[in-house]
Amino acid sequence: MDGTGLRERIPHVVNTLVRRGLSFAAAEDAVQSALVRAVEVWPHDPPRNPTGWLITTAWRAFLDQVRSDESRALREERNAMEPRPGAAPSRDDTLWLYFLCAHPALTPGSAIALTLRAVGGLTTRQIAEAYLVPEATMAQRISRAKQRIADRGLDRPGSVTTVLRVLYLLFNEGYSGDIDLAAEAVRLTRQLASRIDEPEVSGLLALMLLHHARREARTGAGGRLVPLSEQDRRLWDTALIREGIDILQEALARDRRGEYQVQAAIAALHADAPSTEETDWPQIVEWYDELVELTGSDVVRLNRAVALGEAEGPRTGAAALIGIDTATPRYAAVSAHLHERAGDLDLAALAYTEAARRATSEAERVHLERRAVRLRGADG
Amino acid sequence: MPKYLLLKHYRGGKAPLNDVPGDRWTESEWEAHVAYMDDFADRLRDSGEFVASAALSMDGEWVRYDGEGRPPVTDGPFAETKDLVAGWMLIDVDSYERALALASDLSAAPGAGGNPLGEWLEVRPVMEPAPTVTE
Repeated sequence: MDGTGLRERIPHVVNTLVRRGLSFAAAEDAVQSALVRAVEVWPHDPPRNPTGWLITTAWRAFLDQVRSDESRALREERNAMEPRPGAAPSRDDTLWLYFLCAHPALTPGSAIALTLRAVGGLTTRQIAEAYLVPEATMAQRISRAKQRIADRGLDRPGSVTTVLRVLYLLFNEGYSGDIDLAAEAVRLTRQLASRIDEPEVSGLLALMLLHHARREARTGAGGRLVPLSEQDRRLWDTALIREGIDILQEALARDRRGEYQVQAAIAALHADAPSTEETDWPQIVEWYDELVELTGSDVVRLNRAVALGEAEGPRTGAAALIGIDTATPRYAAVSAHLHERAGDLDLAALAYTEAARRATSEAERVHLERRAVRLRGADG
Repeated sequence: MPKYLLLKHYRGGKAPLNDVPGDRWTESEWEAHVAYMDDFADRLRDSGEFVASAALSMDGEWVRYDGEGRPPVTDGPFAETKDLVAGWMLIDVDSYERALALASDLSAAPGAGGNPLGEWLEVRPVMEPAPTVTE
């Protein structure tokens, strides 16, 4: 979108206004006005000092708002415009914003929207378009999120854990429009990792890079899902894979494991393999064992059953399904896959049809219907 | 965040709690009903959960392709259709539980005597994009 570093400057500008005494909510609004203006003006009239331009424009937007708005809250704001004595000059501005936007009082949807705006420097319209909702709805969601934070206190922001959760969801939700949210998640996680020295932050970055590397191979003609086993591995981005593996190895060497590092390790083993057959499935199963211990999640147990099916045979994989809640997303799909591997093709076809009925995405539904059709022999 | 479609029916659902048909409501009961519906949509705009909504006419026809170069075939109006959609609202919320709570609120729109209508609404999840990380 910019190439001028516009969006990288946004967190610093928000913080400059907060240091001048504005509330986070007012500062963020003012910067959004400046950002919208910059998107219009910069392409044909780039400023000599972009950060200075943003601060001045945001400051003016704030003053305009104070003048036009008679609300009590904003008049109080004007009285509070002197810099606060308590503002610590040494704190990392950008980091503080990440934590604030992942405030535990926010729902994930609100935290993601606020992060994209205040840390990511996207406009409300771009965020609304990415999530397929009206701009007014997204504006309200962000405004209410800020209100909620203000009520609960800026001094108790989120932690690294909540920030990573927000970034993971942003990456994983799979929305794709003009704004590439997965790429944005990678950028924001990279920026975070450059500011905070935590193995799990590196782990999440590695996980994203390793999955992002497979992006070209993941969808075929017309957005068709291509499962890992059928992907053309020559389309994988080897530079991203190498980077992901390097980051992961450094993180693992510090021996403070967490779920993102473990997920990244599984992705790395896939990335390393020339084919499904030549994949180190026993080691993947071991990582899944660790991930089950860390998360206790049935989704993880399901994936472990798939890996176990590859490592020790589909009957063993199917046995590992016992005890997993059948309402777990993709349960029917995994069960179908294991039946197929075991050669129970009629059962597998039935299970794929059932799985298609329960799919939560159109691409997945079509993929599962096609599997069922293929097994019934109606389609080469 | 997942999206859900709330569907309201002219007919086809089970009988509502307050089972007095609309043609026997008074004018002011109708006004109160419409005001409640408008207010409901406004509340969702305000909470950042509203996507779109529309009311549908009772008229309408079935239509299908009938071969290259031939005009579309129509069938209707829906005299025999048991299930007739009256309107829809698309919402974008944090959870299925929230979608159910909102549908319940919408169903509480007043009917005869100003008492909650308690009509049955259909809640349908909208397909989401496929997640990136699946293994």
